[in-house]
Amino acid sequence: MSPIIEFRDVSKVFPSPSGPIRAVDGIDLTIEAGEVFGVIGYSGAGKSTLVRLINGLERVTSGQLVVDGSDVATLTERQLELKRRDIGMIFQQFNLFSSRTVAGNVAFPLKVAGWPKADRDRRIAELLDFVGLLDRAHSYPDQLSGGQKQRVGIARALAASPKILLADESTSALDPQTTQDVLRLLRKVNTELGVTIVVITHELEVVRAIADRVAVLENGRVAEHGSVFDIFTNPQAEVTRRFVSTVVHDRPRGANLERLRQTHEGRIVTATIADGSRLGAVLASAGALGVTFEIVYGGIGTLQDQSFGSLTLALDGSDDAVETVVGRLREVTTIEEAS
Amino acid sequence: MRAVLPTANEFDWSFHGPKLVEALGETLYMVSATLLIGGVLGLALGLALYTTRRGGLLANRAVFGVANLLVNVFRPIPFLILLMVIAPVTVGLIGTRLGSTAMIVPLSFAATFGVSRIVEQNLVAIDPGVIEAARATGASRWRIVTTLVVPEALGPLILGFTFVFVAIVDMSALAGTLDGGGLGAFALDYGYKRWNFAVVWITVLVIILLVQVAQAIGNRLSRRVLRR
Repeated sequence: MSPIIEFRDVSKVFPSPSGPIRAVDGIDLTIEAGEVFGVIGYSGAGKSTLVRLINGLERVTSGQLVVDGSDVATLTERQLELKRRDIGMIFQQFNLFSSRTVAGNVAFPLKVAGWPKADRDRRIAELLDFVGLLDRAHSYPDQLSGGQKQRVGIARALAASPKILLADESTSALDPQTTQDVLRLLRKVNTELGVTIVVITHELEVVRAIADRVAVLENGRVAEHGSVFDIFTNPQAEVTRRFVSTVVHDRPRGANLERLRQTHEGRIVTATIADGSRLGAVLASAGALGVTFEIVYGGIGTLQDQSFGSLTLALDGSDDAVETVVGRLREVTTIEEAS
Repeated sequence: MRAVLPTANEFDWSFHGPKLVEALGETLYMVSATLLIGGVLGLALGLALYTTRRGGLLANRAVFGVANLLVNVFRPIPFLILLMVIAPVTVGLIGTRLGSTAMIVPLSFAATFGVSRIVEQNLVAIDPGVIEAARATGASRWRIVTTLVVPEALGPLILGFTFVFVAIVDMSALAGTLDGGGLGAFALDYGYKRWNFAVVWITVLVIILLVQVAQAIGNRLSRRVLRR
C-alpha cells in the first residue's frame, strides 16, 4: 500500500470575534490508497473541517496536505477545481440538486469534467445500475426516500471515477436499516472499484461496520489512531473509551456490578476473549480444585473477522484455589478484577 | 366640446370602449417591456448581490458594497419622484419624456432595483450544502452561478416575478398620469377628472382581472417547477 492522503502538521484556524479558533490543530495522519479510513469524534471535534481540507473546500492554514501527489495547501483555486474531480464527496443531508433529475444529478460532475453526451449517458446508466436506482433515473430528488437520495449522492460522487471518496456523516440522517444498506454499498465501492474512502462519523458503529483504520479526533487533534480492532479492543484515550462503551457493553459496572455481587458468591473477574483464548479448558479443570464458576455477564462478537468480546465470571471456592484458577486464566488471556 | 362627451357616470362602450382597449394595450406594452428589461437587469444585479456577499461564491466586499449601496439609494425613492429625477436620462435614451415608450425607462429603472432584492432574497434561501456539493464536483464558481443557482431557486423566483408584475402595473398607472398613457391615464382623464366613476370602476375591474390572470399564471408555473 502507498499513502494517498498525508497530513503533515496540518492546522486550520478560523478567525472569530472572540479570537482565532483552531478547528484542526497540528494533525499528522497518513491514509493509505485503497483503505476505508474512519475519522470519529464528537460534534465540534473538527472532523468536518478536516475532511473539507482534503478537497480544498476549506483551505489549510499551515502545514502540508499531500493528496494523490500534490500539496493541496499550495494549489490555486483553479488547480483545486481540477483536483476535486478526482475526489468525490457525499453528505449527511445528501445535498442533491432539487432542480435536476436523478440522472441530471449524476450528469453534473460529468459535464464539469467535459464528457461528451453519449459517454455521459452510458456512464449514468452504469452508475445508477451500480447503486440500484436505474429505474429512478427520471425521478426528482423530492420523490426519493432518504436511502435512495444517498445512493444518488454516491452515484454523483463516483461519476467521474474519483480515486477518493469523502463521506461526511453520510448515514447520520438515515434509519438503522438504511444505514446498513448504505454502508454495504460503500463497502462495495471500496472493494469493487478500489476507491479510497474517508468516513467522517460520530457513530462508532459506522466505523466498526466498514473502516479498516480509524482516527479518534478531539479538539482538533488526533487523540488516538490505529486499526479498528486495536481501537475497539484496547482503547487508550479517554475519548476513545467513551466511544467504545457506547457500542461495547462488555464489563459490568456501577449498579450492574452491585447486583452481580449481591446475587453471586465469590470473586468476580472479567476475561477478555479473542481468537485462541482457551478459556474453556482452564474452566473445565477448575472443578478438580473445588472451584465452581458461573458466567454472569458479557458477550462475544466478531470485528474485522476476528473474535472479540469478554466474559465476566463469578469464581467460588477457597481463596487459594480461586487464585490458582485465575492464575491459569491469566496464562491464556487478560483478566481484570471487577471494579 | 363638452356636448359630444358622454354624460357623467356612465360607461359608453362606443366611446370609452376603444379607448379602454387602447389604454390596456399601452399598459401591457409598458408592463411587459419593463418586466423583460427590469427582470433581466434585476436578475443580474440580484445575482451580483448574492454571489458577492460575505461567504458568497464570488465574495467581494467592494462589488457588494457598491451594488448594495445602489439598491439602497434608488429603491426607496417614490416612483413619482424617480420618474422626474431620471427624466433627462429618458430624454437622452428615447428622445422624449412623454408616452408609453418613454415611461419604460423609469419603470425599468425602478423595477431593476426592486427585482434585485427579491432575487437576492430567494437565492440566499438556497441550501448552502447544495452549493458545496457542486463545488465538491470541481465545478467552477462561474459554472455554479450560471447553471445551478437560478434553477435551484426557480419556483420562488417565479412567484417573486409575479409579485413584481403586480408592482409594475401599479407603477405604470402612476406613470400614466404623467403623460405616459395606459390605464392610469385613462381612468384619470375620462373618469376622475370628469367625475365619471363608471369609467373609474370599469378600469379597476380590468386591472383586477389583469392581476388575477398574472397571479394565476405565476402560481401555476411555480407549482409546476416545485412539484418535482
